[in-house]
Amino acid sequence: MTIAFYTLAAFILALGVLVVSTKNTVHAVLFLVANFLCVAMLYVLLQAEFLAVIQVLVYAGGIVVLYLFVVMLVNLKRGPETHVDPRRRDRMGLLIGGAVLAEFVAILLYGFAPRATGAAPAAAAPGVGNVEQVGWSLYVDYLVPFEVASILLLVAMIGAIVLAKKEP
Amino acid sequence: MEGWLPIVIMIACGVGLGVVGTALSQLVGPRSPTPEKGAPYECGVPPVGDARERQSVKFYLVAMIFLLFDIEVAFLYPWAMALRDLGWVGFFQILVFFGLLLTGYIYVWRKGVLDWGSQEGL
Amino acid sequence: MPTGYSANDLVLLLPEIVLTTGLLVVLVADLFTGRSRQHWLGWLTIGVLVATAVPIVALSGHATTAARGLLAVDGFGAFFKLLFVLAAAITVLISRQYLEVEQARPGEYYFLVLCATLGMMVMAAGIDLITLFIGLETMAVSFYVLTGFLRPNRRSNEAAIKYFVLGAFSLGILLYGMSLVYGLSGTTRLREVAVALATQSDSLALKLAVVLVAAGMAFKIAAVPFHMWAPDVYEGAPTPITAFLSVGSKAASFAMLLRLLLEGLPAMAPEWRGLFYVLAVLSMTVGNIAAITQGNVKRMLAYSSIAHAGYILIGIVTATPRGVTAMLVYLMIYAFMQMGAFGVLALLRRRDVVGDELKDLSGLFFRRPLAAFAMLVFMLSLGGIPPTAGFMGKFWLFSAAIEAGYVWLAVIGVLNSAISLYYYVRVVVFMWMREELESASVHPSPGVAVALTVAVAATIIIGVYPAPLFELAEASAKTLGMAPRVLSLR
Repeated sequence: MTIAFYTLAAFILALGVLVVSTKNTVHAVLFLVANFLCVAMLYVLLQAEFLAVIQVLVYAGGIVVLYLFVVMLVNLKRGPETHVDPRRRDRMGLLIGGAVLAEFVAILLYGFAPRATGAAPAAAAPGVGNVEQVGWSLYVDYLVPFEVASILLLVAMIGAIVLAKKEP
Repeated sequence: MEGWLPIVIMIACGVGLGVVGTALSQLVGPRSPTPEKGAPYECGVPPVGDARERQSVKFYLVAMIFLLFDIEVAFLYPWAMALRDLGWVGFFQILVFFGLLLTGYIYVWRKGVLDWGSQEGL
Repeated sequence: MPTGYSANDLVLLLPEIVLTTGLLVVLVADLFTGRSRQHWLGWLTIGVLVATAVPIVALSGHATTAARGLLAVDGFGAFFKLLFVLAAAITVLISRQYLEVEQARPGEYYFLVLCATLGMMVMAAGIDLITLFIGLETMAVSFYVLTGFLRPNRRSNEAAIKYFVLGAFSLGILLYGMSLVYGLSGTTRLREVAVALATQSDSLALKLAVVLVAAGMAFKIAAVPFHMWAPDVYEGAPTPITAFLSVGSKAASFAMLLRLLLEGLPAMAPEWRGLFYVLAVLSMTVGNIAAITQGNVKRMLAYSSIAHAGYILIGIVTATPRGVTAMLVYLMIYAFMQMGAFGVLALLRRRDVVGDELKDLSGLFFRRPLAAFAMLVFMLSLGGIPPTAGFMGKFWLFSAAIEAGYVWLAVIGVLNSAISLYYYVRVVVFMWMREELESASVHPSPGVAVALTVAVAATIIIGVYPAPLFELAEASAKTLGMAPRVLSLR
């Protein structure tokens, strides 16, 4: 469990560094997708399945599309292609592939290894599913912030239109 | 962690299929590259210009609005799961939530952000 | 009812509910009114704010919590909510003329002002990490959009981008600090956090959390060294929004900071006291010295607001009931004088003149003697000259510092006030003694006239007869959960 966590954390960090260090913006967005997916795996590891699904659905799905549109919108000119070492890509691929493989192995080994005692965080109340718990805390415990959050969404929507739409 | 084994197997199958396909064609297939073969496939027509054209801000707006309603729908799922215990109070809570975002929808509609055809909107 | 809410909650949350309904009404009304009748939207917005103020006043005597202990309904919250409503109302009043000159659509503008106000109200009332954060985010997003509201204006666009990028970054830092607090205490409710953390005040992670929370909030109140965004954003934003940003956003962040520190982290008082001591001294000194060199009045007021953040931080360093009272008093006074000063600047905006350079004020006395007189009052008050409210505010703050044993902090504050006089008086000199640059006259609309009259009257009356405000602030500060406990910790 711990090792899987740290492996994932290392991946998230490394991908984050890649996002900001790549020159090609589209590649940066693709690294971001991988980053979001790793975060989703982290949520699974923490038994927050609903959060993981939302992470994939909203972040890796929606927000990345939004980012891609922004990249297309600003159209950052690529510099002239300098000499690219043809082997470089292969080596990169090998490196990343190997790392992903190592991660899979780590997760498989430690995820399915018999768990030590006391390693059952957030023990779900008997008979209550994860999503139901989320629903309960969203709509009962944190109702007011939830409704304020919907105002926040409204502000975001109207703000985007105000800033992006031409006056007729 | 128990319920995740099928998912891991499915991911492994998916990755495996892609890897096997690519690897087989690399290993078995004959290779005689020509410049034409290396060019991007554009329905048989020689490609014109860069694929990275500037997109209209329209696309961004639509994506943004999609995302916001996407989040809204995502909130519905836990609500549906917990509805049995929430009862009528829960029903009215979600109505308030919907009412707030419905106002946003009315705004979007009236502003003509969803009008794709006419040039007047954007 | 199975969910733990009762009809009582609806009553206790009435200010927020009224404001939310009102902002939706403004949004929809904007959609269904023609261009020619849109000036009514301003008055509709004022109406919403007045309607919000009524339940705030009615509920100010309570000392309880609502919505399962996420929001406090107490005098402290009511004091700040009134301040926000007041600041929003003045903003709306000085906006109409400005928006007409800028040819900007008022509907979304007023809607966003109301949304920002709602966020501030949640920030002042929240006693729960998530609630506070959502309130802060609502306010911040509204301000990002409002800062960039003048779309054809490059300075406005640049300001919005800068504010957004830096703001998002600082929110991330704050959120990290909050998540550490949650991780260490296992609860998001501040009063339970205080109990849970009472015994582990020497944990290193907790110290990190305090530093992160302090850094995130210091950005919001524009304290040195987290102030870099303020001059550019204040300069680029529409002038009424600059006013609202420098008063409302700052006051709300101070309210949230007080809730976080005094209700949630009183056990860490020695740590955050030291931090804010340094921040206060840096903000006062750097803000005042940088303000001297500015030729643009909006930038000058930005640096001056950084310095004022430093003065107000003195109250947090003392963390005594008297210090908190002084903060409340000062924030209220600051609201009037700062909004007023920006109101005069907004008045100077005309089709061809930006009106925010010092030279634009030249000879204002001969063109608009009343506006010049109002500006004189605001400048004297910001500088802390005796017959005005600014003096009483500073006097109260510095005496609170001395009473709590921070004599040097008070000395530094007084020295800084002396430095600040230089640039405030320079504005006055420009208004009176320089040659008149142009003869074009500025006609204040009724809204601006009302706003400036209220601000001048408040600045003078509080300066002459401060007792009612002091008593109100003292009664409000008392209701802040943990203030007495901190005193006993010392």
